[in-house]
Amino acid sequence: MAKVKLDTSRCKGCFLCVKVCPKGVFVPSKELGEKGFEMVCMDESKECVGCGSCFKMCPDYCIEIEE
Amino acid sequence: MEFKIPHDIDMTQQASWCPGCGHGIICHAIAQAAEELGVSDRIVTVDDVACGQFAQYALKYNSIMGAHGRVVATAAGVKRARPDALVISHPGDGSAYSIGIESTLYCALRNENILTIVVNNSVFGMTGGQMSPTSLVGMKTATSPFGRDPKKNGTPVDITKLLAGTEMAYLARCAVNTPANVEKTKNAIKKALTKQMNGEGFCLVEVLSPCPTNWGMTPEQACEYVKTTQSVAFPLGEYIDREGEAK
Amino acid sequence: MAKELLKGNQAFAEACLRAGCRFFSGYPITPQSDILEYLCWRMDEVGGQCVQTESELAGINMVFGAAAAGARALTTTSGPGFSLKQEGISYLCASDVPAVIADVMRIGAGLGDIFMGQGDYWQLTRGGGHGDYRTIVLAPASCQEMADFGYMAFDLAEKYRHPVIVASDANIGQMMEGVELPEMKEHDPDTFDWAIRPRQEGEKQRVIWNRFWDIGEKEYPDYLRAKYAQMEEEEQRWEEVMTDDAEIVIVAYGISSRVAKSAIIRAREEGIKLGMIRPVTLWPYPKKAFEKLGPQVKAFLDIEMNILGQMTDDVVLASGNKLPVEFYGEYWSVIDENKIIERVKEMLKKY
Repeated sequence: MAKVKLDTSRCKGCFLCVKVCPKGVFVPSKELGEKGFEMVCMDESKECVGCGSCFKMCPDYCIEIEE
Repeated sequence: MEFKIPHDIDMTQQASWCPGCGHGIICHAIAQAAEELGVSDRIVTVDDVACGQFAQYALKYNSIMGAHGRVVATAAGVKRARPDALVISHPGDGSAYSIGIESTLYCALRNENILTIVVNNSVFGMTGGQMSPTSLVGMKTATSPFGRDPKKNGTPVDITKLLAGTEMAYLARCAVNTPANVEKTKNAIKKALTKQMNGEGFCLVEVLSPCPTNWGMTPEQACEYVKTTQSVAFPLGEYIDREGEAK
Repeated sequence: MAKELLKGNQAFAEACLRAGCRFFSGYPITPQSDILEYLCWRMDEVGGQCVQTESELAGINMVFGAAAAGARALTTTSGPGFSLKQEGISYLCASDVPAVIADVMRIGAGLGDIFMGQGDYWQLTRGGGHGDYRTIVLAPASCQEMADFGYMAFDLAEKYRHPVIVASDANIGQMMEGVELPEMKEHDPDTFDWAIRPRQEGEKQRVIWNRFWDIGEKEYPDYLRAKYAQMEEEEQRWEEVMTDDAEIVIVAYGISSRVAKSAIIRAREEGIKLGMIRPVTLWPYPKKAFEKLGPQVKAFLDIEMNILGQMTDDVVLASGNKLPVEFYGEYWSVIDENKIIERVKEMLKKY
């Protein structure tokens, strides 16, 4: 199982990661971040398969994936 | 697989692009292309004013903020003064195809050995979403409130047709609306940078890029719009690829 | 060193090369085109870059790129083309990028015409584009000065990180005189710590953009005012001709000053006390030359090849608005020596 490193301090709440994740790992958090945007958070019950889709699509460089 | 933010991305600051803007994704693709080719220490960028100028906050490369519409010419000046640098100019569609079309065309005709990455979001973004050269027929913008009418506003610019008659080295159209398309964008940039290293000449990679704010859509809808509408009017693919024809 | 017979434009182009300029981009326009034509073959010989661009806009903006990359870069033009270059010059000033621009002046607004003239004084000296800026403007009056000022312009530009304009005219550009050319120099683009080159690991990022983003919006106004104050203090240049006892002082630059000089010689033969201040820098204006004048001066005669007397205001300002300032201008032809003397005689009767 791959491990997602999510840095929500940069998140602007576009939720492109939510759209592209095939496993539903990301969900809107309903919480506003420092920038005033609704941040994304992770659904810990879902397993990341390490496809990298979120990494490629995140416009704000919030996501890295480790083995 | 591991996915690490490219070293060339400047994580100490953040560009103030709107949520879901394609600019950030394109900068990611540029940084990744440079890193995979091992040429991070050879890149110089020339960014346009308006949304594109924030690339200077996203990327660590030394860069110039050129005048609106003049960055392709300015980049050609940099390349001629520093032939060893890999020079990337980074205009939007308004800059490259409207106010700056003469320099885009002539840099292609002179086969200036630079890469131009045109961020095509079919609007003038920074100024508030006015009609741009690539606004689609029927597209509602701040200056085409009833939809772009070819009789009144002229037809959109398809750069692959305008530059078809030139002897430029490489011309491709990509998009950043899906992970697979982002990968292709990165690969097109890698190919173009390789051609620049080989001295093959002018490369232009147009990238269809979502502008959720000015399109009045959510980021998800904007990515869908790129797929269902923008990339139908402007089909993706490689249009010119003169492999190995060094000048 | 032996003198060579050269056109003013050629002398200028060759001197720029010898100053280490290895980048030129420009567009054909009369009466400047000799510079472009000369560099199109001569740049090849010295291993430089010469681009005939698609427009004046591309010409100045390619110079912006090459100069930002640390090269000594040049573009040249005339009247209408100089208007098109203003946006680029404004960017060079805002970004503190040194470069050299030559305006081989002609006459008139709009198309005007290609004849000799001094039609661009206002645009040259006020900052012809948008925003708070001016540039140093050197006005040669001979082919030798075309060479000398072209050579010096790059040093001045780099001293201030600021573009410098060399303003000649169709006469000076097209006529031929003996010229002693300066020595050939090479220029290293890595001389500067600000010039754009690929960033190496561990180096601070270099960005060429509005300088207030580097300096800070609050600090920038003081920085800018100090920069211009230093130019005004250190760069005023002029030539004085028999001003010690002059009752009427002609103020003329470029080709007009050459005609004025022979008028002064003739006037002196008739016992008329005529002298001249020739501004060599049109900006900063040589105010110090006016401060030196004695109490015998009765009036000034501004002589230019344009209709409205574009420099008159500067003569009024530099002389403290204490004495009459008259204007004699020619349009479509050169200044007439006889008319100068007639005019001076009339002025001596009046004042």
